[in-house]
Amino acid sequence: MAENLKKILVDPLSESNPITIQILGICSALAVTVKMETALVMAMALTVVTAGSNLVISLLRKSIPGRIRMVVEVAVIATLVIVADQFIRAYLFDISRQLSVFVGLIITNCIVMGRAEAFAIQNPPLPSLLDGLGNGLGYSLILLIVAFFRELLGSGSLFGWRLLPGGYPGNGMALLAPGAFFALGLIIWVQRTLTKKFDTE
Amino acid sequence: MKFLEQMIEKMRPLFAPGRPLHLFHAVFEATDSFLLTPPDVTDGPPHVRDALDIKRTMTFVVIALIPCTLFGIFNAGYMHNTVNQVPGAGFLQHLLQGLRLVLPIILVSYAAGGFWEVLFATIRKHEINEGFLVTGLLFPLILPPTIPLWQVAVGISFGTVIGKEIFGGTGFNVLNPALTARAFLYFAYPAQISGDRVWASVTDWAGVADGFTGATSLAVAKAAPAGANIVEFLRQSGFSLKSMVMGLEPGSIGETSAIAVTLGLLILVLTGIGSWRIIAGGVLGTAMSVTLLNVLPEPLRLAKPILQLPFYYDLVMGGIFFGIVFMATDPVSAAATPAGKWIYGFSIGALTIVIRTFNPAYPAGNMLAILFCNVMAPLVDHMVVQVHIRHRARYLARMNHG
Repeated sequence: MAENLKKILVDPLSESNPITIQILGICSALAVTVKMETALVMAMALTVVTAGSNLVISLLRKSIPGRIRMVVEVAVIATLVIVADQFIRAYLFDISRQLSVFVGLIITNCIVMGRAEAFAIQNPPLPSLLDGLGNGLGYSLILLIVAFFRELLGSGSLFGWRLLPGGYPGNGMALLAPGAFFALGLIIWVQRTLTKKFDTE
Repeated sequence: MKFLEQMIEKMRPLFAPGRPLHLFHAVFEATDSFLLTPPDVTDGPPHVRDALDIKRTMTFVVIALIPCTLFGIFNAGYMHNTVNQVPGAGFLQHLLQGLRLVLPIILVSYAAGGFWEVLFATIRKHEINEGFLVTGLLFPLILPPTIPLWQVAVGISFGTVIGKEIFGGTGFNVLNPALTARAFLYFAYPAQISGDRVWASVTDWAGVADGFTGATSLAVAKAAPAGANIVEFLRQSGFSLKSMVMGLEPGSIGETSAIAVTLGLLILVLTGIGSWRIIAGGVLGTAMSVTLLNVLPEPLRLAKPILQLPFYYDLVMGGIFFGIVFMATDPVSAAATPAGKWIYGFSIGALTIVIRTFNPAYPAGNMLAILFCNVMAPLVDHMVVQVHIRHRARYLARMNHG
């Protein structure tokens, strides 16, 4: 059982990563990865929401009528997203302004809904919590890698700290949305080459 | 030749599978087929008996590019010497100065791009493709002569890897690799590839010849004030139709002279390498869309003088002619059906004019238009084939029932 739980938590980091293998949540991965700071906050918010919604929906799974389960799931997710959004606004106002609508858009993030629908609705609370956590972390990992390269190449800095010498001309492409596509594509290329996993079925 | 052949044959066993140098097998094969005609025969049918292989095709394109390259070198030197008012500079000085400016760009492009080409050929264990000889030369010709060399290296690396190799190498690329490389530089480092100050090599902007702004003819035409007579305005800025056809003006290295491009066009079309349908379609698309703009209501045209420009001006300004002749005709990324080629070429011409006339942000309309049409080319082909199939089906139905 413990082995199984560990697999649920670790698998989404690489083997079944929501972004690079399942190609979900691309929209926010493009939008918030210009800087490490925003990517980190966004990643944390999504991890909390996914884990939380998975847990709540798993606890409610026996009392949710099958025909309206999507509505209930959206209600749970929306509640959690609003809490996360208000929290970020209260304590990290600057970042919340940079993230603008994207925290609110977690509601529509395929990963959150996907995990609730594919896992939490038919599994006990503990595995569901770990599954949500794992998928959130898998998302976070890719977001941070993309943001690392975009901020380093685009602005020559990390977390706002200037790392490359002043003469370094920022790569404008890395700051544009296509830059994130290239970064994401290259990550997927490297990952599939390393893990020899070419078929996602 | 005999000596060369003997030497290569002597070295061949060293690169055989299992021998120490097998890793560099691809490099050896490339040298062999570049210098001599290899005896290899295609593995499977159909066996087309034709002297034209990829190597010959690409060699012809390189030959077609020679006029543009030579003129580009001369023009870069000429602009440098004229603008900086170098005393006593003549033909030879222009040429030497041009070589000093352009040759490093070409060499870096070949070296950096060749590195990736060899690396991928070695890893994937296939032969090095001659297609790179074209990409490596096309790319410098669409850059400004002042481009920093490291950007040339970064650009061609991106073009070769992202534009070609990730799709599987020559023959599989959706986009034209040279244009992909340029588009990357254009969006990554706009300061060095757009604006008025990159198209001519100037050592000191304070000491330039009177009235010289460094702007290209296209930039001047786009900046014409409302109500101006555009042809007159261009002439006052030093651009007449004759000077633009000649091409001694600021611009990307290889595209300024319509005469040099025409020479290349003749070589491509007469040898059958470049599709005349694409080129004709491109020119037609440009001419027709410009003519359409020319008959817009007068108040509109007065507010935006570039709308009044006759189409032959548009053809010789900016990179459009060079792009249609050398970039659009890339057989891999272009449409393949005869009707598709017309549509493809026509769309490139028309789209370039739309971007050029209505979008203030992108002077390089031709680059974006060709890349866009590269992506659309399979769709165009698909539609052409479907229409053809439907025609045949209808014909068959008529035969059977009528």
